Amino acid sequence: MENLNLVLPEIFISLSIMFLLVLGVFKKDSSKLIFNISLLVLLITASITLNETSNINRTTLFNNSVVIDYMSSLMKIITLVGAFLVLVISSNYLKIFKIFKIEYPILILSSVLGMMVMISSNDLMVFYIGLELQSLALYVLATFNRDQLKSSEAGLKYFVLSALSSGLLLYGCSLIYGFSGSTNFDVISNQLNSTNYVLTFGIVFILVGLAFKISAVPFHMWAPDVYEGSPTSVTLFFTMVPKIAALTVFIRFLYVPFLNLIDQWQMIIIFLSIASMLFGAIAAIGQTNIKRLIAYSSISHIGYTLAGLATGSNEGIQSSIVYITIYVIMNLAFFSCLLMLKRNNQYYEDIDDLSGLSKNHPLLSLSLLVILFSLAGIPPLAGFFAKFYIFTAVLEQSMYFLAIVGLLSTVIAAFYYLRIIKIIYFDKEKEKYDDDHSLWLKFSLTFSTILILLYFISPSQLIEVVSRINII
Amino acid sequence: MNFPILSSLILLPVIGALFLFFTKDKNGNNLTAKYVSLFTTIVNFLISIYLWISFDQSTSSFQFVEDREWINGFINYKVGVDGISILFIILTTFITPICIISVNNTIKVRLRDFLIAILIMESFMIGVFCALDLVVFYLFFEAGLIPMFLIIGIWGGPKRVYSAFKFFLYTLLGSVLMLVAIISIYWISGTTDVMKLYELGIDAKYQNLLWLAFFSSFAVKTPMWPVHTWLPDAHVEAPTAGSVLLAAILLKMAGYGFIRFSLGLFPIASEIFTPLIYTLSVIAIVFTSLIALMQEDMKKLIAYSSVAHMGFVTLGIFTIQQQGIEGSIIQMISHGLVSAALFLCVGVIYDRMHSRLISSYGGIVTIIPKYSVLFMLFTLAALGLPGTSGFIGEFLILMGAFKDNFLVAVIASLGVILGAAYMLWLYKRVVFGKLINTDLTKMVDLNKSEYFILTCLAVPTLFFGFYPDPLINTIEVSVNDLINTYNANLISK
Repeated sequence: MENLNLVLPEIFISLSIMFLLVLGVFKKDSSKLIFNISLLVLLITASITLNETSNINRTTLFNNSVVIDYMSSLMKIITLVGAFLVLVISSNYLKIFKIFKIEYPILILSSVLGMMVMISSNDLMVFYIGLELQSLALYVLATFNRDQLKSSEAGLKYFVLSALSSGLLLYGCSLIYGFSGSTNFDVISNQLNSTNYVLTFGIVFILVGLAFKISAVPFHMWAPDVYEGSPTSVTLFFTMVPKIAALTVFIRFLYVPFLNLIDQWQMIIIFLSIASMLFGAIAAIGQTNIKRLIAYSSISHIGYTLAGLATGSNEGIQSSIVYITIYVIMNLAFFSCLLMLKRNNQYYEDIDDLSGLSKNHPLLSLSLLVILFSLAGIPPLAGFFAKFYIFTAVLEQSMYFLAIVGLLSTVIAAFYYLRIIKIIYFDKEKEKYDDDHSLWLKFSLTFSTILILLYFISPSQLIEVVSRINII
Repeated sequence: MNFPILSSLILLPVIGALFLFFTKDKNGNNLTAKYVSLFTTIVNFLISIYLWISFDQSTSSFQFVEDREWINGFINYKVGVDGISILFIILTTFITPICIISVNNTIKVRLRDFLIAILIMESFMIGVFCALDLVVFYLFFEAGLIPMFLIIGIWGGPKRVYSAFKFFLYTLLGSVLMLVAIISIYWISGTTDVMKLYELGIDAKYQNLLWLAFFSSFAVKTPMWPVHTWLPDAHVEAPTAGSVLLAAILLKMAGYGFIRFSLGLFPIASEIFTPLIYTLSVIAIVFTSLIALMQEDMKKLIAYSSVAHMGFVTLGIFTIQQQGIEGSIIQMISHGLVSAALFLCVGVIYDRMHSRLISSYGGIVTIIPKYSVLFMLFTLAALGLPGTSGFIGEFLILMGAFKDNFLVAVIASLGVILGAAYMLWLYKRVVFGKLINTDLTKMVDLNKSEYFILTCLAVPTLFFGFYPDPLINTIEVSVNDLINTYNANLISK
């Protein structure tokens, strides 16, 4: 008999989804109730997962197709907490746009379930099921503001391109199955024979599919449009949560079955990394919409995360996870600011709308200042340490080219972050924005800003948590 | 050493800034903010004086060392001072209160924010000079960009945005290569602790590239020709207090970095690249002096003269002679005092006439005599007249240079003449001559606070000009030891 306790979080969250759906159908005007229950579900799931983490050994379940280990639990917790925060700060936004409906929290829960399955997958089939579950929920979320043309466009674009990438991914899976005789990661890893070039093709196809999901250059085309068109709260979700899951899959995929083929995939990852860092930095310069800008900035941040993965060492993996965690916190902080740019029930998302913000909203601008310098990677803020760990891991493997290109692209990226700071601090002020923000929004902004600002006092905490991850 | 005196020097301004952040400005005159920041910086100055008094001049080893675990098993937070760095710390704590007194007249908007920026800046600058770990050094070195960017961008002149961006991106571009080098050093030697690295030494085959990476950062910050172009822009647009900080202390970070890291860690590479430094320094001295002659804007003229003076500094450092390096350090201290004073002098007349053009002045000697006397003193100190601290520095540098390379020394000496030319010509055109612009007659002489800060700067300029022993005694042993280790390293490899 399998020990079902280990998948208790997944079981709990799927039962809750079904219960909430039924509740939503039978009870009228239950959107607020369901919203609150969903928050509770996310918290409970996170605490169940946390409870498991303390004494966990690598265990596999269901014919070795699901793996529970320290990394999966950690990433699940980050995903759940991320989803919780996204949901909690977006309630006002949803109400104003009149999309505060029962489906919204349920869709978020389903995509989170999909991500949890992805994170735990040890088999190509399980991984694909998880991936599709989260993607399907995300397509709907992207179009959630269905009366708006841009939102529908975003969802459709995302759906078509994502389906294409899923196709490529499946093709890669079938190639790998054909030449190794199994879909299980462990079995593939034992069967591997590095002279078999068709396997390399399989890896390439899967990498393309995954690169699409994390929007690494050159598979990033959907990101700016989708980020811009989707409701802001969904954009926030897009920039944070799916990336964590996709990164975990990336790590597991590269380092469990295909570690021996590192020579084959390392160049691909280095290319993806360099292209994303440079392209993200350069393309962001010309943007006028904050959400589009953040899309490009997230592309460039994914480039740094991939740089850590390209190293082929445990330190590299750990640095990538540290990077994505700090990135999630910075993003949360930035979007909290974005959700505060509201006047007369209208949200503002152009960079010029930030003009002279520091005169009327000194505290908000100060947080933005900290967040933007941190995103640019200037010490002593958290963003610097994230980059520092990545480049430490990269240079340990003597990959000087990658490190130098990466650091030079931070200079390019610094330009557009500085441009926002310039607009906030040096330009003429505009009308005042509303001050009546929800307590959660204020809390998440304050909390994340303080975390970014004071990270340098004790930088080893996060490393200690992450350093228990040993994949290789 | 029980009491963490260096950390308290670094932390105190931050605490002051935090306190300012939470004060409310009731009357609209920001009096509390001014007094709090002044009090903080003066206390900091007194602590640093105490540091100097209790500093043991007879040893070259690091003193007041603090070593705390920071990033587990990887990097320690380590600070300490030796004869080379202590003077820069005192310079920093001395200049900052002067900046704060000077903002009285110049900063009209958001004074409290300005003072916070200055205090944070002070703490980063002290951090740079006492960091004994490369990563900690880099952290402070780079962090200083943030407040300076804001100081130029928010309170600067009409072209402030361009200048602030140029300043930030130039310096950042130079520094990222240094970060690559620092991390590489960690993987090559297993530590970024400067004291351990001094003992271990760095393998000769890596030194050249590492030296170049550090050079790229320091050259921009010094600034050396041809990457000096950000400096005139930044100086012209920055508010007076910002220019003072920039000229007096920020530029010294690079000179300090050259001595501490380039010479200390990479002696073999330093020996190889000395001709490069000589060439760039001599070009900086002659070329920027000629540019300075042609300037019409006073601040720009002084900015170019700073580049020329820093050319002397880099020249002196790479002579690897006792006199040369001592001269460079004294030149940096002296330039810190004199250029700060000169920028303040320009600030004084700019506040009254709102023009920095030389041509709009002339014949003010009879209208504001006190000012003219002090301005003359600093002009003469800038051109290195005997009896001022500028002379000691330049003289020692040239002495070191003559020992090492005759040709370079001769050309550099020509630079001294050019320096005298542009400074005296500036003084002549501004202070003497016929009074053409009749608006000038309404100018009032120095008020109390201006008089006070200029006198504060004049006293050490003259004192160390006549009696430089306190400075030389402090640095002598450390410099001597540095040169001995340097030569020993060269022979052994």
